Amino acid sequence: MTALADDTLSDADFAIASNQDGWVLRLDGAWITQQIGAVDQKLRALELPSQGNAIIEIGDVSSLDTAGAWLIHRTELALLARDIEVECRAAIPAHARLLETVRANDAHCPEPPEPTNAFVAMIERVGRATVDAAVEARDLINFLGHSVIVLGDSILRPGRIRFTSLVHHIEQAGLNALPIVGLISFLIGIVLAFQGAEQLTKFGAEIFTVNIVAQGVLREMGVLLTAIILAGRSGSAFTAQIGTMKVREEVDAMRTIGLDPMQILVLPRLWALVICLPLLTFYANLMGLLGGAVMATVVLDMTFFQFVRQLSGAVTLWTFWVGLIKAPVFGFIIGLVGCYEGMRVSGSAESVGRMTTRAVVEAIFLVIVIDALFSILFAILGV
Amino acid sequence: MSAAPILDPEAVIRIHGLRTQFGTNVIHDGLDLEVARGEVMGIVGGSGTGKSVLLRTIIGLITPAAGQIEIFGQEVSNCTDAERRAVQRRVGVLFQDGALFSSLTVAQNIEVPLAEHTALSPELRSEIADVKINLVGLPLDAANKYPSELSGGMRKRAGLARALALDPEILFLDEPTAGLDPIGAARFDELISELRAALGLTVVMITHDLDSLNAICDRIAVLLDKRIRVGTMQNLMADDHPWLRDYFHGPRARAAMTTANEAEQG
Repeated sequence: MTALADDTLSDADFAIASNQDGWVLRLDGAWITQQIGAVDQKLRALELPSQGNAIIEIGDVSSLDTAGAWLIHRTELALLARDIEVECRAAIPAHARLLETVRANDAHCPEPPEPTNAFVAMIERVGRATVDAAVEARDLINFLGHSVIVLGDSILRPGRIRFTSLVHHIEQAGLNALPIVGLISFLIGIVLAFQGAEQLTKFGAEIFTVNIVAQGVLREMGVLLTAIILAGRSGSAFTAQIGTMKVREEVDAMRTIGLDPMQILVLPRLWALVICLPLLTFYANLMGLLGGAVMATVVLDMTFFQFVRQLSGAVTLWTFWVGLIKAPVFGFIIGLVGCYEGMRVSGSAESVGRMTTRAVVEAIFLVIVIDALFSILFAILGV
Repeated sequence: MSAAPILDPEAVIRIHGLRTQFGTNVIHDGLDLEVARGEVMGIVGGSGTGKSVLLRTIIGLITPAAGQIEIFGQEVSNCTDAERRAVQRRVGVLFQDGALFSSLTVAQNIEVPLAEHTALSPELRSEIADVKINLVGLPLDAANKYPSELSGGMRKRAGLARALALDPEILFLDEPTAGLDPIGAARFDELISELRAALGLTVVMITHDLDSLNAICDRIAVLLDKRIRVGTMQNLMADDHPWLRDYFHGPRARAAMTTANEAEQG
């Protein structure tokens, strides 16, 4: 048994001699992958004869594998390139057969292509990314159109909506998000109140901390944070779910059975987010105000009653609606991007991961862009 | 059909009393198996009998609940990292779809084990990778391609080249011909036979392909009732266990035998 014996094998080695037959290369030791590191360098540096015959003696080699056989064959090739006759001698049958196998498989693979100039490569990448972004935008608008048609159709014929699926997604995206949305909004309310109080105390106007919290949470923070959390939580989940189904050809199977993936997969998810995001935003607003109230009572010695009275003067009904109106739009965008990237998954499991990342980034980007557009709109309308 | 090899009296793989279970689900119980040096052992069994689990247990990816597994006389389920690496160096594994690293080209994939386990120069590594690519019958321009650019059959060959990178003494194959067309499958069988003859390999392969079993396996290990029954194809065909009877005397088995016999007579 040669159990783990290669640690005790001697390194591959060779000696050179000349006799009446010509130049002789006598090999000994173990010519196997583990033991040929040193001999490889020596063989490369070896000065080969310029004429005559050459003999390679293999008889003393204790063991041989393909890597060792390749070294022997490489030396043969180098000698042949100098028009020297080479003869391999005294190989035991197993070694001779292995050498024969390697000789038959000695073709060189082409070199890997040279990397192009870094500057050119950068320009190429910028160009490619630009074209990709344009194509992506076009496809997303295409998908938007398709979704709006399906969504509009479902409003006219609500029977088309898969009720079980819808409830499931509302639970997943809405109900299960309550703890995290509530916690984050509460903390943001605390932070806003604390920062506001610190600045406004300098002017003796600390009572307006309530206005800062109310305006900040109701107009922007509540809806924006909820949207960002859902983009990370549900948008990515949509991409991963639909993407996995694409990889396993479930989506193709649906089409062949005559089921429309837009109806079955996309529609319930879109409706779920359009319904959930306003509800979650309302909840986030409450929690944000609560956080603000807690902080105000702690740092400003304000009673809860004072907070509420100041609050009712600080906001109008429109302050509340300005935030809430945005919520279904954000929900639609997040669902749209999540489903769109999921449908774009093709081939490998690897692309599911890539598309999921992309869905989250795109959804957050679009949410903030549209939030900015809403700000402009509201400024023009004067609310 | 290859002639029976002269078996080394010492088995290179020895499994004794192996028990694997997931939770309360017992997959193998009291399983014994010995694989002799230089033989080709086929592992067959119905779906869910734990063929892949057995293979993964032998190569150390799953820790057994009980029992010993020895490779080259080294207990592998309970050994130091250095001992495990010494065994890994002498074992090659071909996973079902090649399991090539998708971020590396074929040539780079083959060089990974060489870079990890040896101190060879980059030039020599690349030369050795070239030899292996030739050896498994891949076209030369496949060297610089990424796994996603290859067909299923080519990915398997590339995976085989990587498994052979360190010139292992034992080669494990997980369904090497699954998903290949019959011509590709027959070529893959031939390739395994040739490599085994040229490199003196011991091969353990899971297969469902009766043609492969017939063409290249010396002995067959059948997973039955959480244990293994080993024998040559003839022995197992004579066995009257109901599953074996269905397996070896079904219409597909008969077709495979007929072609094999015709090939021998012709």
